[in-house]
Amino acid sequence: MVMAGESQFHVLAVDDSIIDRKIIQTLLKTLSYQVTTVDSGAKALEFLGLHQDDTTNPNTPSPPNNHQEVEVNLVITDYCMPGMTGYDLLKKIKESSLRNMPVVIMSSENVPSRITRCLEEGAEEFFLKPVRLSDLSKLRPLMLKTKLKDQNQKQEEKAAFQSPKLQQVEQKQQPSNDDKGKAIDEGLSPEKKN
Amino acid sequence: MEVGQMQRRLVDYTKTLFMEGFLDAQFLQLQQLQDESNPDFVVEVVSLFFDDSEKLLNDLSMALDQPNVDFKKVDAHVHQLKGSSSSIGAQRVKNACIAFRNFCEEQNIDATLRCLQQVKHEYYLVKNKLETLLRLEQQIVAAGGSIPTIEMGF
Repeated sequence: MVMAGESQFHVLAVDDSIIDRKIIQTLLKTLSYQVTTVDSGAKALEFLGLHQDDTTNPNTPSPPNNHQEVEVNLVITDYCMPGMTGYDLLKKIKESSLRNMPVVIMSSENVPSRITRCLEEGAEEFFLKPVRLSDLSKLRPLMLKTKLKDQNQKQEEKAAFQSPKLQQVEQKQQPSNDDKGKAIDEGLSPEKKN
Repeated sequence: MEVGQMQRRLVDYTKTLFMEGFLDAQFLQLQQLQDESNPDFVVEVVSLFFDDSEKLLNDLSMALDQPNVDFKKVDAHVHQLKGSSSSIGAQRVKNACIAFRNFCEEQNIDATLRCLQQVKHEYYLVKNKLETLLRLEQQIVAAGGSIPTIEMGF
């Protein structure tokens, strides 16, 4: 059920098997999600707007999704893929500006050490293939949680990056000047000093 | 043949396939995903499976025909076939792949050649069965009937 004014959740599914892409796409659409499928980790990074260099800079500030044309709310990826594995992709996402993006791993093999490794690297869930509808119903709370976190973060950042003029007004109203505001004020409008 | 009869024939045929182990519960999952908004889903997935499998079987034949067999490559192909057969519920093909992978690990050329024959055999069997099943469904729909849902409690 999609509420009025609320956009659909968008899931990016990554799998080198054309059959599995078809199935996961249908499963996700049945749950009313918007779905994009790609056949490799490299294409996933491209779609997310991440380039190899972004992932080596953990200090890139979020707002999340600032590179993307389309917002992605969750990445679900196969583990065993040629080239970049699902684990490699997970790692790259977690080391990038999209580190808050929920990532879920799927695998046809039940290898406990593999599962542990993925969860430790930040995967939210690990599903055994073939993946079922009941598995995917676990995705909604993950995406909701992140969406709320993002909204709160956006509010905070909005406050921090307000225009100088607005800062002026705020400063006149509020005698207490916190450090953040002061720093920006001094940087942006030097002639403003009260 | 009237629609009711066709539907009963389909149900009986499907149940046989389950009892003989050709198909497992995953196939039922796929059938349940088919609806008015997605009326050809099963046919589409099964077609993809046929195309993918035939390519993999060709690749496997070539790989095992080399003077120096690259078992890693062979295993990679079998892993893929195991995955796709598992995804559509082709149980006997999947099981044949599992056995095949074990012999790949042992790098046993004779056994792997036998496994390839076994996988091919199982694949062509299930292909035939699925084509028959899908044909029966098609006939029902053409006659204006709906495809009956199979209950797992048999």
